[in-house]
Amino acid sequence: MNILVCVKRVPMTGGTIVLTPDEQAIETRHLGFTISPHEECGVEEAVRLIEAQGGESVVLSLGPSDAEEQLRDAMALGIDRAILLQTDEEFDGQATAAAILASIEADRAAGVEYDLIFFGNESADSGNYQVGIRVAHALGRPCVTGVKGITVENGRARCEQEVPGGRDVYDVALPAVVTVKEGLNLPRYPSVPGRLRAKRKPLETRSPKRTAPGVEKIRLKLPEGDTSQAEILGHGPAAAPAVVDVLRRAGLVA
Amino acid sequence: MTLVYVEHQDGTPEEVSLQALALARGLAGGGEVHALVAGASAEAASGLLGEHGVATVHVPDHEVYASHAPVALGRALTQLAARLGSHTVVAAGTERGNEVMAHAAAIADAPLAANCTEVGAGAELTVTRIRWGGSLLEEARVHGETALLTVAPHAVEASSVGAGPAAAVERFAPELSDADTAVRVVERVSTSAGGGVTLADAKFVVSCGRGVGSPEGFAPAEELAALLGGAVGCSRAVTIAGWRPHTDQVGQTGTKIAPEVYLACGISGATQHMAGCKGAKRIIAVNTDPEAPIISHAEYAVIGDLHEVIPAITAELRKAGAG
Ligand SMILES: Cc1cc2nc3c(=O)[nH]c(=O)nc-3n(C[C@H](O)[C@H](O)[C@H](O)COP(=O)(O)OP(=O)(O)OC[C@H]3O[C@@H](n4cnc5c(N)ncnc54)[C@H](O)[C@@H]3O)c2cc1C
Ligand SMILES: Nc1ncnc2c1ncn2[C@@H]1O[C@H](COP(=O)(O)O)[C@@H](O)[C@H]1O
Repeated sequence: MNILVCVKRVPMTGGTIVLTPDEQAIETRHLGFTISPHEECGVEEAVRLIEAQGGESVVLSLGPSDAEEQLRDAMALGIDRAILLQTDEEFDGQATAAAILASIEADRAAGVEYDLIFFGNESADSGNYQVGIRVAHALGRPCVTGVKGITVENGRARCEQEVPGGRDVYDVALPAVVTVKEGLNLPRYPSVPGRLRAKRKPLETRSPKRTAPGVEKIRLKLPEGDTSQAEILGHGPAAAPAVVDVLRRAGLVA
Repeated sequence: MTLVYVEHQDGTPEEVSLQALALARGLAGGGEVHALVAGASAEAASGLLGEHGVATVHVPDHEVYASHAPVALGRALTQLAARLGSHTVVAAGTERGNEVMAHAAAIADAPLAANCTEVGAGAELTVTRIRWGGSLLEEARVHGETALLTVAPHAVEASSVGAGPAAAVERFAPELSDADTAVRVVERVSTSAGGGVTLADAKFVVSCGRGVGSPEGFAPAEELAALLGGAVGCSRAVTIAGWRPHTDQVGQTGTKIAPEVYLACGISGATQHMAGCKGAKRIIAVNTDPEAPIISHAEYAVIGDLHEVIPAITAELRKAGAG
């Protein structure tokens, strides 16, 4: 079985977001980078499935050359090889899907077919909720979204979605596209030998073509915020009566 | 003409779908607004939808719509939009709204702007949309002949146009391939463990973050939550340590909560955590660090060790006769 996982490099924003003066991006000079927790679970699931059933796992990212860091992180967890669609340009959801599709088609032409393709349910930074679904349609494959449980058996994937009061189950034939959510599994921590191995695993760089954006960013802005300081109710256990007062005023205590 | 995909429970439209309708009416100017409503009791929505300005409710006829079938819904939506000549399609920015709209956008090869909070009228469609789970906004231009938008929940208020006639109901038969009907809910597993309030609906939530130190450290929070009929939550630092299940996680990639009071203990206040508690009426932060970012997001703060503060609150409540 072959599995592809798509991950996006995003900044770890911490307690407050600061924008660049031109309002086109988040100021990232002092920030580390990561991928979405949803995508981390996609990576973990791919590694587990290949460990259990054999085959090859591949991680793909569209982004700057620095996205190699996130691809190596995924390989440190057990992914076999990586593909970087290297660009410094911004791709909207449609353009991202088109570039990932072109890469999957290039793999197919070279004899590599993916039985399962994992995406995050939504990217951490843009939240377009669409890249995986677009790729599935272009490939003519079924797509289940927001998956928090998956069993792959006899050429089919049984996928579970969390809904209020329970779980909805889907059953689709492979090859399929599955978008996943955090909670699907508890990702492992990378081991030191894993990190060392990841440095030598193959990483192929490709040049994606950017199609015209359908949703074109004009500028970013911060929501009008509650950046006022909190009223200090007190220090330590002595503050308890003041807390109970707030609870009472909120109607939680008779 | 503007087309809206309306979600409903047994014929009662979801509040977030009524919010999407309010935005759609603004976009339509004086033009008509139509709705696609699928599944059992869909017709029953026509009364309330009429009051929310819908001229016609279109109900797709096919057994697949008896359960959630996102591709078939996306297909019905695109076929209906094409037949009605609708160039703007709107839905609520729920998990399912975004899913169905992404299918429709993929089928129509049209742009989808997810989770919009505002839409600018004008020759060119401009939107403000949510990024980073609501911690950041983006102004964007939407290009193309047909545009699909979802409306961020609770960004727009639902508004009735007043009592009036129910919307007309028209049934139609979408053309569906086997692939369109292959993705559908085949089984519902019930997991509601009798009685307890859910994190999403609780009026009081007490969460602990990394500062709680261990899984056992949650016992006092459990006790306090039980006393007030509330729920216990946590931060991602806690779930990735394996101290609590992910279903307890509050945040961008966890549960969104909207309690009367959110007591956040030993949580620093990362933007991704705060994205999950924007709906809280009041936040009380308990933290040893007076400089923690959460202090500038909370209404109230207690500077101190959560291991001492939480039991003291419980004791004070007992003294006051609660529980
Ligand atoms: C894309 C993305 C999505 C994410 N989604 C989520 C999400 O859904 N939910 C979420 O929570 N996080 C999420 N995160 C992670 C988030 O960025 C933070 O890493 C996380 O919220 C930190 O958890 P914390 O506040 O418990 O830990 P820390 O940041 O380590 O903070 C611990 C706090 O506890 C205080 N403290 C320590 N000891 C005590 C004590 N004894 N008593 C009182 N206070 C004490 C410290 O002063 C500190 O403020 C996400 C991150 C990314 C990149
Ligand atoms: N630049 C990218 N590189 C690789 N995968 C991406 C990229 N952008 C989005 N994706 C994938 O598509 C998913 C959904 O993204 P979105 O449609 O932007 O919410 C993400 O969780 C990723 O799995």
